[in-house]
Amino acid sequence: MTGSTSIVLAAILLGAGTFAFRFAGPALRTRVELPAGVERLLVVAAVVLLAALVGTASLLDGHHFAGIARATGVGVGGVLAWRKAPFVVVVMGAAATAAGLRLLGVP
Amino acid sequence: MRSIWRTLDEGLARDVALVCLADAIVGVSFGAITVSSGLPVWLPMVLSVAVFAGAAQFMFVGLVASGGNPIAAAVTGLLVNVRHVPFGFAVGDLLGKGWARRVAGSHLMVDETVAFALLQRDPERRRAVYWACGISLFVCWNLGVMIGAFGGSVVNDTDAFGMDAAFPAVLLALVLPSLRDTATRRASLVGVVIALATAPFLPAGLPVLLALLGLGAGLTGRREGKPVQAEPETAS
Repeated sequence: MTGSTSIVLAAILLGAGTFAFRFAGPALRTRVELPAGVERLLVVAAVVLLAALVGTASLLDGHHFAGIARATGVGVGGVLAWRKAPFVVVVMGAAATAAGLRLLGVP
Repeated sequence: MRSIWRTLDEGLARDVALVCLADAIVGVSFGAITVSSGLPVWLPMVLSVAVFAGAAQFMFVGLVASGGNPIAAAVTGLLVNVRHVPFGFAVGDLLGKGWARRVAGSHLMVDETVAFALLQRDPERRRAVYWACGISLFVCWNLGVMIGAFGGSVVNDTDAFGMDAAFPAVLLALVLPSLRDTATRRASLVGVVIALATAPFLPAGLPVLLALLGLGAGLTGRREGKPVQAEPETAS
């Protein structure tokens, strides 16, 4: 059993480090005026990161395949979003598909 | 602050509320799972206030509960959170002037707030949805975690409700309009492929960062495609 003190220290380290990551951009951006091209590049970078999160979160659980139910659920959500369905329908559609498939015994 | 909520139309507010509800449900399960795995009741609440990043929190608690070194667990969580550095550069100008705003706004920076903000064309709406989504998510997430930590949970397995599919779908729906732009789409596709190809071998967090290499593909493609139009855009 690890001591409470080391858990508290670790939690503080995680919190402080995460804040430093979040604060770096806003803190530095007020000091320099960025050219429009760089500004655009930063936005594209954020989109690429979010897309990669979507890809890994829908297909993988750690280092392994997350299962057919989740992947299909996100896929259905993606098709609904692409067909310009309302946001609520996209999210509920994804969740309901995954939940339904699991009810049917699909992993 | 009130003008933030007024700028949001009803539809956007409803979308944010839906994400908040989903977050709260996962928060309840985070609180309950942490406490039921033998960790102190204050831990999930402290983490949720201080870290406010679901994936890193789940990872930290999972490693500590299974007997891992807490500092190593924190480092693992930090690696997952490095993506906030590029996020901060992308949305940094939304937070406004002044120390208090920048500190508070930085802490509210999560995947969903960034995605909601980038979706807006109008700068004022961008700022409004960033703050509205950030504040509501912070409140709902922490309330959910508190309920789960003290009350235990009826929803220990949120996967049964398909919540694990709901979150990627939220981000996908928010990111999709940005992919209409050819350079962005190409960069994202290459990025996703890199992330998926490296994920089985690398520690969590790194594959998503490596996806940024996809930017090279998007940009070189654009330069080759439209050499003349690229010039005035960067100059303006």
